[in-house]
Amino acid sequence: MYVVYIIAFLLFLFVPLIINGIIAFNNDEVPSFPWRGATLDWFYSTNKDHVGVFNDPRMIRAIGMSMRVALLVTAFSLVAGTTSSFLFIRENFRGKQVLYLAIIAPLVIPGIILGISILVFFHGIIGVLKAFFGPHLARPIVRSLRPGFLLVVLGQFSFIGTIATLVISARLRKFPIELEEAAMDLGSSRWGAIFSVTLPYLLPALFSAGILAFLLSFENFSTTLFLIGAKPTLPIFLYSKLRFFITPEINAISVILMGGTALLGLIGMTMRSGKEVG
Amino acid sequence: MEEIKRGTLYTGGSGNSRERPFPWFRLVCLIPLLLWVFGLLVFPHIQLFVISFINNRHPEEGFYLGNYVRFFSEPLYWRIFLRTAMYAIVTTLFTLAICYPTAFFLAKVAKGRWQLGLILVVILPFWISELVRTYSWMIMLRETGVINWILVKLGILSQPVEMLYNDYAIFVGLVYASMLFMLLPIYGVLEGLDDSLIEAAQDLGAKRWTILWEVIWPHSVPGVTSGCIIVFMLALGNYLTPTLMGGKNSLYFTETIYNQFIISWNWNQGAAFGFLLLFLSGLFVWLGLKITRQKLTEVVR
Repeated sequence: MYVVYIIAFLLFLFVPLIINGIIAFNNDEVPSFPWRGATLDWFYSTNKDHVGVFNDPRMIRAIGMSMRVALLVTAFSLVAGTTSSFLFIRENFRGKQVLYLAIIAPLVIPGIILGISILVFFHGIIGVLKAFFGPHLARPIVRSLRPGFLLVVLGQFSFIGTIATLVISARLRKFPIELEEAAMDLGSSRWGAIFSVTLPYLLPALFSAGILAFLLSFENFSTTLFLIGAKPTLPIFLYSKLRFFITPEINAISVILMGGTALLGLIGMTMRSGKEVG
Repeated sequence: MEEIKRGTLYTGGSGNSRERPFPWFRLVCLIPLLLWVFGLLVFPHIQLFVISFINNRHPEEGFYLGNYVRFFSEPLYWRIFLRTAMYAIVTTLFTLAICYPTAFFLAKVAKGRWQLGLILVVILPFWISELVRTYSWMIMLRETGVINWILVKLGILSQPVEMLYNDYAIFVGLVYASMLFMLLPIYGVLEGLDDSLIEAAQDLGAKRWTILWEVIWPHSVPGVTSGCIIVFMLALGNYLTPTLMGGKNSLYFTETIYNQFIISWNWNQGAAFGFLLLFLSGLFVWLGLKITRQKLTEVVR
């Protein structure tokens, strides 16, 4: 009985995804069965009526936007995650506990609340800037603080940074501090010791935190929804498609996303299991 | 010169190098953290709170309770709020019920290579974008979807039935989206349960259900709590699943907030609604932690 339950659980988990993948190759206008023969049209077709993923300029633009956002979010998360980990693990200062609570709070704040609070806050900042510098002077700054690329990056970072910090500080906690001290005794400065000893030790954690940050950013929907400007990220673009018109093109992009994330996820997981040993 | 420098450093001695004055390091590390905490978390939420007390039409009037009053005086709003809360609670309980046996299986029944393989297999789907997962269920349940096609083929249905765009579809989507967040924490605590405790209970003649209730369940409570907190929060704040899998008007509170912000362009009202949602999720987290006497910092680890 028990094994039957587990099998049912796994089927529930996988059947929708597998069918989604199969339909990407079905030669039919509707994403469903029956099977009408295999095709790669939904990946490559240039036919106007059923354009394939790689020839759909809006899809490509959305992927590009998501890539750029995800790379910047990953960079921010790694920098802030590493520096914050050093503070939380190594240093003692007043207010440390409060700051720690503040950065883990995003884990229990719904994503759309993070989105609207940042939207509202930066709108307020624009107001202040305009009042100080006049409407014309601050225009380039104002433009970048309106919903769009920068706000999406900041919004996603506000909680992805938390996850990066947790991953990195878990490894830093295990770091034998004597190694750093030894390096300093041998004449290196503290910066030198950190760059030559501590950061290499953190590398596996940085790697898996980076992959995690990239994936979380790439798929984020709720926070991004409120911060997007004229250029949508991939999930937002797909969402607008799903609401109105569904073709197997979406199955095709699903296959690409599933393949990509499974690959990155596997790499990240092997890195992290390496962390436990190290 | 270099020799002297090294010498002084060395006589500084190992062990107290942490006390070596090094103001720059702390400062450099503190800047990103402070910008993040205040610039992206604290001030934005204060700002959100402040504007929820301002009248959208007459901002010059100052303190204004109307945005919150409207929530209680318009039955539509608080009904959607309660409905959303109910959804989140039922989703949480349902997810707990179907994930607990699987978590137990992964932690205690599966062994060796099987265990590792199964865990990998169970985790993998959750790396996949939420949108792809939701879409997969949409093409299963649609009127022209896969399940309908199978049922008609088998002769169980004479013609396709629309299974998407209703409340049950939302449930399926929400449960599917949040399973891993329940599974992993429970697996984590059960993994830490010593097998000999279960064996001891067996030796003492305890029945299976007694062991489950008196030994295994109490041990798993911390994991169950973190799982429930996360799943509740995710279900409550989910926008994607209810709008895609529910009907034209899925009547979910996140959608109400979205409408106030983007369609009615009434940010003040939207901010008030946002805070009510934040309050509810915060309340649930606090209750969960209080009941099981845990701290948030322990739960996230």
